[in-house]
Amino acid sequence: MITSVARTSWLNLRRDRAAMVLSFVVPLVFFSIFAGIFGGQRNSTSKVRVAVADEDRSPESKNLIDALARESSLDVRLVPDAKQPAVRFDAKSVEEYVRKGSAPAAIVIPKGYGAAPIQFSGSSNAPHFKILADSSDPVASNVISGMLQKVVMTSSPTSMMRAGTRELDRWSGGLTVQQKSALDQNISTFEKSPAAKKAGGGTLVGIDVVDVLGKSKKNPVIAFYAAGIGVMFLLFTATNAGGALLEEAESGTLDRILGTRVTFTHLLLGKGLYLWMLAVTQLTVMFLWGSLAFGLELRTHLAGFALMAAATAVATSAFGLLLATLANTRQQLGALSTLIVLSVSALGGSMFPRFLMPESLQKAGLVLFNSWAIEGFTRVFWREEPLTSLAVPILVLVAFGIAFFAIARRMARRWEMA
Amino acid sequence: MQPLQIENLVKSFGARRALDSVSLELREREILGLLGPNGAGKSTLVRTIMGRVSPDSGGVQIFGQAAPAGNTESRRAVGVVPQEIALYPLLTVHENLGVFGRYHGLEGAALDESIDKALQWAGLHDRTADVTKTLSGGMKRRLNIAAGVLHEPRILLLDEPTVGVDPQSRERIYEMIESLSERGVSIIYTTHYMEEAERLCDRIAIIDHGRIIAEGTQEALVSQTIGGAREIVLDCGTAPDDAAAAALVARGASIDGAKVVIRAEKPAEAMVDILAVAAKNALPIHDLSMKRPTLENVFLHLTGRELRE
Repeated sequence: MITSVARTSWLNLRRDRAAMVLSFVVPLVFFSIFAGIFGGQRNSTSKVRVAVADEDRSPESKNLIDALARESSLDVRLVPDAKQPAVRFDAKSVEEYVRKGSAPAAIVIPKGYGAAPIQFSGSSNAPHFKILADSSDPVASNVISGMLQKVVMTSSPTSMMRAGTRELDRWSGGLTVQQKSALDQNISTFEKSPAAKKAGGGTLVGIDVVDVLGKSKKNPVIAFYAAGIGVMFLLFTATNAGGALLEEAESGTLDRILGTRVTFTHLLLGKGLYLWMLAVTQLTVMFLWGSLAFGLELRTHLAGFALMAAATAVATSAFGLLLATLANTRQQLGALSTLIVLSVSALGGSMFPRFLMPESLQKAGLVLFNSWAIEGFTRVFWREEPLTSLAVPILVLVAFGIAFFAIARRMARRWEMA
Repeated sequence: MQPLQIENLVKSFGARRALDSVSLELREREILGLLGPNGAGKSTLVRTIMGRVSPDSGGVQIFGQAAPAGNTESRRAVGVVPQEIALYPLLTVHENLGVFGRYHGLEGAALDESIDKALQWAGLHDRTADVTKTLSGGMKRRLNIAAGVLHEPRILLLDEPTVGVDPQSRERIYEMIESLSERGVSIIYTTHYMEEAERLCDRIAIIDHGRIIAEGTQEALVSQTIGGAREIVLDCGTAPDDAAAAALVARGASIDGAKVVIRAEKPAEAMVDILAVAAKNALPIHDLSMKRPTLENVFLHLTGRELRE
């Protein structure tokens, strides 16, 4: 009896393609996406991109840059534009590079670094490195800071020797013959001294971390997640609301509608308009809540928000119509939308920032419309770029919207005429 | 000029021929019954008239004008009532009528007037604020029909409009349809209930396997297929003995247990004859009836199958 019940359930599952997709395909797709993102596709940890501006231009600073470039965990960029290799970063252009989101952090090697690369005891007068950080990626600046400490120590053995000798003079009182014999003992003393402990604490080189983005924001990560989560749920809402078309087809209402003056193009455009208004309202509510509850700076970015919300809604509403016209039943739509929306959201950066993904996935994400929506909102709320910088994301989103609508119109022909 | 002229419509879906050289005409103010079993091609024919099915060959003329497939101007004179309850269940009665009125191009005072007329006609004027999904099955059916006539079409296609409706509500729907016909609307009424066709339709076209196999008034169809014969049924309560059975069979009767059936061109004489046989053989008479041939008999005669098989 029990096996009969189990068998009946299995037969039902076998006949229900949507349930089969949800049971077996969706988990595999997600496993692959997450494995790709966090597993780096068989690579070890993904590289942290860092831009380097060399203000010192000394042999020591060159050594340091070469050593940084050899680090497997860093992707070092020295020029803002690969087509002009002669034009290297300076302090200004490297900050702009981070501000645009091209790298999560940058190192500025200060003038005078070559003269005194290392101070065991630390000195406020000594030139300090600057790490210019985009605090939306809190990991990158810490990784770069640690790597910089390590590279400075290992990349300049002569500097280390000179610095060591200076410290030896200081602690031994001069390198007399008698004192040479006491060197080992004094080094032992040094190792136990507070200064040595301080050296181990990371002050071999002075580093100032400067947030070039988000330092004035009350809760900087909110801007990113308001966009990411907002766009993801916009897609779910749009596909769900687009499913009304399937209900109308199943209930015969579509037949009745098409027996009136309403053509299928009217019908799709009308539904698209409704989905667009729904999406704009949904985004407005989302960002208002972000503003009220989490201090998102909506009031000062209203124009950018309005432009991006309007363009994002064009793409998501047409996407909802497209999925609805691809499916034959509500159940199919449920399975299809779960699979596609979650995949697109994961790869497009709704669930976690794209800059945390391997570079190949970051590039792949650019073919997804939602990544452009998130990019646009990030430019408005995070990087505070001028409205003109939204031209490309807006054009891409509108182009996606037009393409989705055209395909949806084409797919809908099966309902229109037998 | 007839409201609707259908000529040699052919439509196949893959290997299945849904319409096979269908020709029909709908006359002014007439209710034409399209009678056939499920899957006979009734809905495909209705959808072709609506412009939703593109025929492989043949064509449709509406008031003398060719009506190619698609949502064309020529179809403005046509109203459609689908087989399903094609309404928005969460909208009120008034809102549903408003939606479809606007889709038909009505607005303002004209829309309000149409809705009021439709509500009165369908007997739903006291339910305007009710949410559609809360209505009874019969009320939903009436609203479904009302939504198809808001724009006052001159031709109405009714696709099985009484499916799942109780007899009382069905009668109410018949009255609505008859009043439409009196107002000059020409109606195609598809059904697989012969009683409906007999009750409502001026003429009947019988469709089977995509072909019109007979067409005419009910009397003409019966006369063309079965002729003037009537069926006399005698219920004896128990099976007649051998002598009685032999006498009945000699008069053309068929015997099925206690039931004796005779088809007779002269029913009065046949009845007298049967009663005489019963008296002579002491057969008990539980029931004796004479049945007029129905469309069911016509369909059985034409196809060898029951209409609802």
